[in-house]
Amino acid sequence: MNVKKNIKKIIVKKSLKLDCGETINDYPLAYETYGTLNEKKDNAILVFHALTGDQFVTNTNPITNKPGWWSHLVGTSKAIDTNKFFVICVNVIGGCMGSFGPSSIDPKTNKTYGTNFPVITINDMVNAQYNLLEFFEIDQLYSVLGGSMGGMQVLQFVANFPNKTKTAIPIACTASHSAQNIAFNELGRQSIMADVNWKEGNYSKLDLSPDKGLAVARMAAHITYLSKKGLQEKFGRKLQEKDNLNFSFDADFQIESYLRYQGSIFVDRFDANSYLYITRAMDYFDLVKEFEGNLSKAFEKTKTKFFIISFTSDWLYPTLENKEIVIALNSSGANVGFIEITSDKGHDSFLLNVPEFLKTVKNFLETNYKKI
Amino acid sequence: MKKEFQIISELIKENTRVLDVGCGDGTLMKHLKDNKNIDTRGLEISKNNVQDCISKGLSIIEGNAEKDLHQFQNLSFDYVILSQTLQAFYNPEKVIEDLLRVANKAIVTIPNFGYWKVRIHLLFKGTMPVTENLPNEWYNTPNIHMCTIKDFFNFCSEKKIELYKSIALNGEKTSLINKNNINIKNLSSKLGIFVINK
Repeated sequence: MNVKKNIKKIIVKKSLKLDCGETINDYPLAYETYGTLNEKKDNAILVFHALTGDQFVTNTNPITNKPGWWSHLVGTSKAIDTNKFFVICVNVIGGCMGSFGPSSIDPKTNKTYGTNFPVITINDMVNAQYNLLEFFEIDQLYSVLGGSMGGMQVLQFVANFPNKTKTAIPIACTASHSAQNIAFNELGRQSIMADVNWKEGNYSKLDLSPDKGLAVARMAAHITYLSKKGLQEKFGRKLQEKDNLNFSFDADFQIESYLRYQGSIFVDRFDANSYLYITRAMDYFDLVKEFEGNLSKAFEKTKTKFFIISFTSDWLYPTLENKEIVIALNSSGANVGFIEITSDKGHDSFLLNVPEFLKTVKNFLETNYKKI
Repeated sequence: MKKEFQIISELIKENTRVLDVGCGDGTLMKHLKDNKNIDTRGLEISKNNVQDCISKGLSIIEGNAEKDLHQFQNLSFDYVILSQTLQAFYNPEKVIEDLLRVANKAIVTIPNFGYWKVRIHLLFKGTMPVTENLPNEWYNTPNIHMCTIKDFFNFCSEKKIELYKSIALNGEKTSLINKNNINIKNLSSKLGIFVINK
């Protein structure tokens, strides 16, 4: 875990009052940047990561040694061209990649916070990340973008800081977490809490890890990121390295083996308590309620140019929910564009090599950068 | 830019807000934005056209006029444009109502089914007319509610919709349509351009 020591961090001195009522200060924010900030400081893009993402957007993630989660989108000559743009991504508070989270050490006890960590919200995450703008002395970003929980942060960012970005691209997200979304998150949390090694969140003090619970949480969530058609085409009823059924509970089917693998690699890079805190933040996200039932009020003051993207096979954050954001923006007279990308890859489409999606982002960012 | 768009552009005042429904590749919107300082929004059903609009830096929403006009607030635009698409809707009457809800004025253009060549085609060939403005066969045409300039003229008077301006277009030639010349214009024009309001 020594590689984690090399993670770039700022310590935020300024205190932040969280939605839960607690105030935090002197907390770390881990970040990564790609490309170069130009002299005018007008080419900065803040990328928000999703539930299990981190600040390592592209290139090789130094912790996992795998490609960054948005390698298809961000890089030299890619949709977000790092030859042109300066990309910043910050590990959210509550996360486990160097920012202030439940695996941080509580100075009062010299042990990890565990479930003594305050419950955080999307609003808190965004307010914390705003400090990076001050750190880089960027008066206005060129764009903010993110998918899924990253998209929620985009919406919250513009609502909180209406003049701090020229453009905004919320992708495959919602303005208000649905009952179905909350239900799936609760399933994940209960699975972690049901693991005997969770120990009310105190596992790290006991040198334990609720790996089984976290793996099941990941398996369940992973299904929601794919589409029925995508699963059927990729796996169907194909058997895993065998010709006949085993008449046992081994992973007979390829889909079983695949999910088990996804679960097992996830526990190596993710903290179970972070999973609880971040899913909670997503569940609490309700920008509609925050603006008294009228989402368009959230965007009343902004001149930011929006572009919203959804995917045909995404049933977790379906087009309809994305369109509600478009409607709200239109009602407030904001500048908004929208496209639904055709893809069989489900909610995960935003992370994958979906050419039409990549082309749209590139097209939007580059055309508007010339004009604005 | 085609003559139809030149005429529409001349009908629109500078520094206004315009919604182009079925804006295609955004040619007209871009012209309005660049030359008349107009704040434009487009609604377009074809994904390829949406990409073309993004490339032009336009604000474009993928969608269909029959399903997606509801998202725009009452009178949130000065003008709404509907170019040669009215005949493709299931419920043109409802679309016109919605256009007049979201904007002060609607500019609607109609390929004229009363044009003499169309009439001749049906009269002598006895088959559904295929022309320059109506290039499809009966079995694959998106145009399910064809009408003539006169039909639209009558529709407006029946529905108490004010015809602010009616222009007949035949090639590059334009002329005004009125009650007295409607029958002859209905025979001689390929396209009708109407500015309507409630």
